[in-house]
Amino acid sequence: MADAVMTVPETVFEGQELPEHICGPIDRTILALFAGASHDHVKLHIDSDFAKGAGMDDVFAHGMLVMAYLGQFLTRWRPQQNIRKWSTRFVAITPVHATIHCRGRIAEIIEQDGERLARVKLGAWTDKDVQTVDGEALVALG
Amino acid sequence: MRIDAQRHIGVVSEPRVVEVERGFLKFFAKATGETNPIYFDEEAARAAGHPDIPMPPTYMFSLQLSAPAAVGDVFDPVNGMGIDMRRVLHGEESFTYHQPVYAGDRLELVTTTTDIYEKKGGALQFIVQETRCTNSDQILCIEARQVTVARNG
Repeated sequence: MADAVMTVPETVFEGQELPEHICGPIDRTILALFAGASHDHVKLHIDSDFAKGAGMDDVFAHGMLVMAYLGQFLTRWRPQQNIRKWSTRFVAITPVHATIHCRGRIAEIIEQDGERLARVKLGAWTDKDVQTVDGEALVALG
Repeated sequence: MRIDAQRHIGVVSEPRVVEVERGFLKFFAKATGETNPIYFDEEAARAAGHPDIPMPPTYMFSLQLSAPAAVGDVFDPVNGMGIDMRRVLHGEESFTYHQPVYAGDRLELVTTTTDIYEKKGGALQFIVQETRCTNSDQILCIEARQVTVARNG
């Protein structure tokens, strides 16, 4: 046994913090690429003249870019096919140049339809510690 | 410009058929800084047990934008709500997954405007839309719900 590599099953418990996922800083190139790749051409995110004309300080990130980062946060923890459902609220604008910290913790472990699921409270914060997205996911523990 | 809730609540879009384009999934992975190769490399996806590159969790929203509804779109000034792009915000987004979706799949999208409500005496209007995504076998794959905010004030 001395040299055997033991596979220790991952312990999952209520209150557990999931590994943080840090993305960015979100520069203007990322916003341009994301606009093209995501089909979201709202000019507030890619044209600073337009954004200023609309009364904003500058362009700001697509909410769905930050939600995509939160998706990565989840799929780094469990495979995508384990995500049953999730929802987010965009609670503040994510400014250009922000670095995004995706964080979450297991709020509850439940049984539903014969499946063991984690209810994960998750969110995104800028490097200035402003929360921009608040959400919740239901993920099968398998 | 205030949206006429009575006119738009209950409006159902025409079905839109979209293909999950492999090149766009790779572009999406690049734009989001994705490092997991199953999202941009077919071989890695197959090695991980997938038939092809999986559509990432939020890409459903992009599918919707790739095929705007002719009827009921939030931006369309004639057959939709005509929201000014300078005054729009994304309020909420939710997804419920039933079947995995992969590059090359052909899907049908149908969007229903389920509610429009106001806050701050109409200065903010919230448009709730639900989109059902079914595959070519008519099996429900994903349900999406989004809340778009129009700033009228």
